[in-house]
Amino acid sequence: MDSGNGSEDGTPWGRGDGQGDDDDNNRDWGLKDIPNDVEVLKRVWRNEKSAPEILAYESLLVERVQEQIANMEENILAAAESLDDMMLSIFEMDVNRLMFLLRAYLRVRLSKIDKFALHVMRTADLWDRLSPQEQEYASKFVDVLSKHMHDSVLGKLEKEYESMMKQAASSEENDMIVEPNLDTYVFCRSKTALGTFQLDDKGDETVDMMPNDLYILRYRPVRNLIETDRIELV
Amino acid sequence: MAGQGASEPALFTELEGDYGPFRPQIPVTVPLWLGIAMKKRSKCRIQPPDWMSVERLSEVLEMEREAPREFQPLPFHYVEIAKLLLDNAREDFENNYMVQSLLEDIKDVRWDKVEKGLKNLSGRTHAVKLKNISAMEVNRMRTFTVRALQSFFKHDNDDMMKQTPTDSDSQSTPSSSDRLPRRTLRPR
Repeated sequence: MDSGNGSEDGTPWGRGDGQGDDDDNNRDWGLKDIPNDVEVLKRVWRNEKSAPEILAYESLLVERVQEQIANMEENILAAAESLDDMMLSIFEMDVNRLMFLLRAYLRVRLSKIDKFALHVMRTADLWDRLSPQEQEYASKFVDVLSKHMHDSVLGKLEKEYESMMKQAASSEENDMIVEPNLDTYVFCRSKTALGTFQLDDKGDETVDMMPNDLYILRYRPVRNLIETDRIELV
Repeated sequence: MAGQGASEPALFTELEGDYGPFRPQIPVTVPLWLGIAMKKRSKCRIQPPDWMSVERLSEVLEMEREAPREFQPLPFHYVEIAKLLLDNAREDFENNYMVQSLLEDIKDVRWDKVEKGLKNLSGRTHAVKLKNISAMEVNRMRTFTVRALQSFFKHDNDDMMKQTPTDSDSQSTPSSSDRLPRRTLRPR
């Protein structure tokens, strides 16, 4: 596809996120219509960046991207003599861009794990959203953190106060665990008209989403829509 | 963005798509990063995008000034694209000073509208609609708006429970005037 990188194309308003063509339901799906992995990774990365909680891990996407990177690097090595410098550097730039995207995506997730490690470990649904490597990372992180807390502070306090998860033994809940704020506001956009939907259960608040307009909404009510990919975060 | 190759033909098959072949004097559409990279190596000339012409930008500026409550459609990343192109390919624009100053004016007028619109946020705002806004403006106001809305939500939740819904609010305004950014409930 031309201008695949979502910068301007010939039309006056190329959308910066380069979502390619909107799906017309009456068109046949050709090779061109399959969303480019790079675009998908960009979108997934953006969603992850803006969402307050960790989202599901796109393991297939990440695998495919890693494969593509490996292939590309091989090709570059193989063709190193026969291409001139500029072309070589352009191919390298392309690979670097993709690697950057992948790394950025993984880093955003890791930083959320760091912030909410205890919470993630105790919530089965969030735990399932992690990849196996991330799960390993999270458990080790929690181990190291508890050891550190214990050795430096908690071990020296009275028995009542030595838990990392409760303020005091008399607390009923684990109130020292940091949870993501799901009531924060996010900027989002949908590709199709979603119609009116309710923002909360009393039916007071309704929003009519038109395609390609930006909305600022609370995260909680739109969580499902993000998972099913009807909305994207900006 | 279209560039014109000045060197031998090459066909790029990249992770993001296929580009080329590049033949001298024949325009090709490529992604921004590729074009800028080639430009920096003096291998091509860049054709300014349609929306960056002096006429088009002057039109946009006029319309921005005339419609104080809506934004004119512009590419989502117009600020970033313009900056990159003007920095790297200045000589490819005929009127680059004009283009630059028009862009500055457009930016100022739009940001002004954003600021005015922010004043309309209140405890009763549950969603904000921003039509045709651009990435730079979103990011400039992101922290402030999110924090403000969060605080409103936290503190004014009680007020909101007392309001009764009216649905005439969301349907009555014609779609041509998208009011920025107000969608609040009217008190009975």
